[in-house]
Amino acid sequence: MNRFIAMAVAVPLFVVGMAASMDTPPRVVTISAKRFEFTPNQITLKRGEPVTLRVSAEDRDHGFYQKDLKIDLDLTPDHASEVTITPDKSGRYVVICDHFCGSGHGNMKMVINVE
Amino acid sequence: MSKPFDRRKFLKVSGMSLGVGALISVAPALGAGGPAARVRDFFRRRNGEVVKPFTLVQLSDAHVGFQGPPNPTGTKAFERAIDIVNGLNPQPELILFTGDLTHEAEVPGEHARRMQLFQTLTSRLKTKKVLYVPGEHDAALDNGVLYRQFFGETHYAFDHRGVHFIALDNVSSGKPAVGAEQIEWLKRDIARYPHTTPIVVFTHRPLFDLRPDWEWFTRDGDDVLNVLAPYENVTILYGHIHRHDVHESEHAMHYASRSMIFAFPDPTTTGDKKPVPFDKEKPFANLGLQSLAERRGRLGVDDVELSLQEFSGTDGVQQILKSGELL
Ligand SMILES: [Cu+2]
Repeated sequence: MNRFIAMAVAVPLFVVGMAASMDTPPRVVTISAKRFEFTPNQITLKRGEPVTLRVSAEDRDHGFYQKDLKIDLDLTPDHASEVTITPDKSGRYVVICDHFCGSGHGNMKMVINVE
Repeated sequence: MSKPFDRRKFLKVSGMSLGVGALISVAPALGAGGPAARVRDFFRRRNGEVVKPFTLVQLSDAHVGFQGPPNPTGTKAFERAIDIVNGLNPQPELILFTGDLTHEAEVPGEHARRMQLFQTLTSRLKTKKVLYVPGEHDAALDNGVLYRQFFGETHYAFDHRGVHFIALDNVSSGKPAVGAEQIEWLKRDIARYPHTTPIVVFTHRPLFDLRPDWEWFTRDGDDVLNVLAPYENVTILYGHIHRHDVHESEHAMHYASRSMIFAFPDPTTTGDKKPVPFDKEKPFANLGLQSLAERRGRLGVDDVELSLQEFSGTDGVQQILKSGELL
């Protein structure tokens, strides 16, 4: 009988726990892009923690690309673009602008540190 | 079953660059029988062309109009390259220019002026068959509109003496990409050719992931390589990285030509992408004269390379030219 009650209590708790974690939106990190820099140019994320990167272009089209983290955004000045990632490996990842934007384009990049 | 011919015998990259780009001797294997004979017959039927060995030169990354500390001499290295190519004997039958002919400009009209200057300079080349693909500095800001006015289409194909040449544009969309439309075109273009046909692809960016965080890659490069995969003799010539590089992928050999403006450092040992500083004592040194053997040694088995190791600097170019070992 006791065991029965324990189960009856445990199951709903489990469901509530799931729902709570699904409802909590991931942390949002805002980044802006303009020729030829991202601001901030360095961020630190936690391994296993979902995070939304919200990136806006201030002046013209840019790209936002990091293959290993599966980040691949086209940025245009009209609206912010978003991607939600859950980095699973720690390390230093360089995100580049991959939409040619002028003479400093080749060094338009930022760093995501995953700890 | 006949043996496919060794692609490393097909394109022999000799000595490399001389600070000017790659000097390449094409198609010695076409004199042989077997699959080579079938290719020969195919081209005779198709073009009435006589298949015979010939040489070509690859030039890249002149960046006409560039001004800055990595090279304060402007077009000097490019002009020197033109003189060196004009001094070759025999003359190359083709010159392939793999992008970044010019450097973009903010001032309206200035980019056109740079393209004009580029054409004035290249008109000095004795070899008149010069083919181009754009680099991102030529064509990425306006999707190739100005480039097309000066140089024509950004992708195309042609045959020359038993070799099928394909020019691919992986810059003008603004992204490092060839794009689905061009890949469909490529499929249709090569469908007619036997799988033993020697194919030379020339393009600006590497078609493989050389160093993605330096934008040394093409997003859909794998798709291009998959289309080319059935072909047994595929050689890919590219620029963009301002240094010599040799890479073998499953179905193709990839060769990067040096630049004529400034060099980038070794991506395998360098963190940041910064040009190699200019050395006014040796204004052309960083633009060339590293032998193939210094790289991964894949093609590092010919005498010209050894001479390049012996000689160095601009003196080396002169000596090698005099020694007649170029070909
Ligand atoms: Cu950009």
